[in-house]
Amino acid sequence: MSTLAGPTTLCGIELAHPIINASGTFDAIAARRAFGDGVLERFPFSAYVSKTITPEPRAGNPPPRLWEEAAGLVNSIGLPNKGLAGFLESDLPVLAALGVPLIVSVMATGAERFAPLVEEVAARSEVAALELNVSCPNVHSGLIVGEEPEETAALMRRLRPLTAKPLIVKLTPNVADPAQIALAAEREGADAVSLINTIKAAPILADGSHWLGAGAGGLSGPAVRTIALRQVSEVAAAVQIPVVGMGGVERGADAAALLAAGATVVAVGTASFRDPLAAARVRSELGRLVPVAGGREQA
Amino acid sequence: MPAAASGDPDGRVLAPFGRRRGEVVANEPSGRYRIISAVDASGPMPAAGQFYMLAAAERWGGDGGRPFLPRAFSVAAAERSDDGARLSFLLEDVGPGTGRLAELGAGEGLMLTGPLGRPFSPPRDLNPAAAGAILVGGGVGLAPLAIWRRALAARGVPERTLLGFRDREHAGGHELFRCSEVRVASEDGHAGHRGYVTDLLERMLGGDSAATAVVYACGPPAMLEAVRLLCAELEVAAELAMEAPMACGFGACFGCAVPLAAGGYMRLCVDGPVVNAADVETALVAGAGRR
Ligand SMILES: Cc1cc2nc3c(=O)[nH]c(=O)nc-3n(C[C@H](O)[C@H](O)[C@H](O)COP(=O)(O)OP(=O)(O)OC[C@H]3O[C@@H](n4cnc5c(N)ncnc54)[C@H](O)[C@@H]3O)c2cc1C
Ligand SMILES: Cc1cc2nc3c(=O)[nH]c(=O)nc-3n(C[C@H](O)[C@H](O)[C@H](O)COP(=O)(O)O)c2cc1C
Ligand code: FES
Repeated sequence: MSTLAGPTTLCGIELAHPIINASGTFDAIAARRAFGDGVLERFPFSAYVSKTITPEPRAGNPPPRLWEEAAGLVNSIGLPNKGLAGFLESDLPVLAALGVPLIVSVMATGAERFAPLVEEVAARSEVAALELNVSCPNVHSGLIVGEEPEETAALMRRLRPLTAKPLIVKLTPNVADPAQIALAAEREGADAVSLINTIKAAPILADGSHWLGAGAGGLSGPAVRTIALRQVSEVAAAVQIPVVGMGGVERGADAAALLAAGATVVAVGTASFRDPLAAARVRSELGRLVPVAGGREQA
Repeated sequence: MPAAASGDPDGRVLAPFGRRRGEVVANEPSGRYRIISAVDASGPMPAAGQFYMLAAAERWGGDGGRPFLPRAFSVAAAERSDDGARLSFLLEDVGPGTGRLAELGAGEGLMLTGPLGRPFSPPRDLNPAAAGAILVGGGVGLAPLAIWRRALAARGVPERTLLGFRDREHAGGHELFRCSEVRVASEDGHAGHRGYVTDLLERMLGGDSAATAVVYACGPPAMLEAVRLLCAELEVAAELAMEAPMACGFGACFGCAVPLAAGGYMRLCVDGPVVNAADVETALVAGAGRR
């Protein structure tokens, strides 16, 4: 394989190749129930990012949770998860056996609830890094942390001293200038940023009713790809820390475009729903693309 | 039916990891529905009640950009052939995905992931005193019951089948039950009992000793809910093959939530699609169903 799909590093974590999964789009434990050990033998990601974990268990949003859109998907899943204790006890040991570095995505409403979550997850030797999902409200200010540079900075100031492990801040695309949020995170010690999360969307039907049980959700898939490319390129131009790029990656060329836009690592999300091995195909297609000066050309 | 190699103790057959290309070998009309058969060269034989995520290999993504995701279909029949497993699906054209699949001709590619999900359980697992099985199907929901009936027959389990149809137009797919005794209800009275299939079930459970009955049902949400309520009232063990909107089919998206009687949700694609009727809060899942 060419250098494009070859080994790389992210915040000092060695990766066999630059394709990882987007949080919440591949449950390795459920996949083993469906596909058995084939999942381990052909694991398509060079690192595994967990679904977002919250301090307490969450059931998730009422159905319907999905709406198919032109080349995309609107979801309002609502972060169902077992909560910190359930995750540490039953999921972490299984995920640690995947044989790739483990990145645990965490979220809490406000820094004081975030702190013990980060501390406990980071203390586990199985965990290589943490991704901070900041698309959540701060219960005190009511503001979405990841939508305000100062909220993001304040959260990082509280969390940074708690661990030496890499902290990756997952940026929301629902802001005018994501580079400002990325800069705030970098200033306060973030080791990397990842983007884009889903774009706020609401499937409203012709009769005015809302399709999704929760009313509104977030759009992902090829429909958001060029938005991701623009935001990744703007953020990568602004910060020195590595960028994990994602949003609508379906083919090797899409991954190459995100790398060209400044990403170090590319995450595959919604594409895995269409083909559980989509990420393996993305990687092999990426490997056939030859990097050339001033652009990238297909071999 | 081959033995399942599985970590789940529920007889599910594991799918090869990833999706693969099958080849359509037949596409026949059956009333309002179509029976589409494809050869899956490398996949295993599925267990009755399991489903596949299907997409056309070419031109998936029509006017307006849909279909984008694959679509879930219960396997209606599976036979070993020299080329692999010959899988048949009974399909109702209700939108862009089913519409595109309905037009596939012999020789065209069908992308498939599966078999997926939890299959039907043997009657004695549900009721140790079971005398046999009662199969209750409505409309296109008779698909998984067709393969289950054959599996039961092969094991020598006595079975009685009740099928309900809206009207003559929608009475497709019953040839999947050929050489089997079926009782029919139709809402328009064109065949069998005029009314609902659950009327037939109620009569059967009333006549029988409910203590030896086991019910397997698949059909529109309203029918499943009627079956669920009836079986709960008469304390009859029942499994329902349910539907929910699905994006992935293998537990990745958490989209296919079905409310549990005990609170919270299950993911229907990995904890179902066949569920114990006593485990779900309702069979009326928001977003599922087309009636
Ligand atoms: C386990 C399982 C087994 C199944 N087995 C069978 C089977 O054997 N035979 C069969 O015919 N069908 C079966 N189905 C149903 C089948 O998967 C759906 O009919 C199919 O997905 C519809 O796709 P479509 O594109 O044709 O229609 P869609 O446009 O998706 O419309 C179908 C329904 O989905 C809803 N809908 C409408 N627009 C949207 C949108 N934009 N996004 C999300 N939902 C929307 C509406 O309720 C609509 O009536 C099964 C489903 C499951 C989950
Ligand atoms: C069904 C679904 C669930 C998701 N769950 C999470 C989550 O738990 N945490 C998170 O940070 N992002 C979550 N995301 C966002 C993805 O990680 C990713 O940022 C986004 O989908 C864009 O990538 P894609 O277009 O390749 O899917 C989810 C996305 C989808 C579609
Ligand atoms: S369909 Fe994706 S989790 Fe069930």
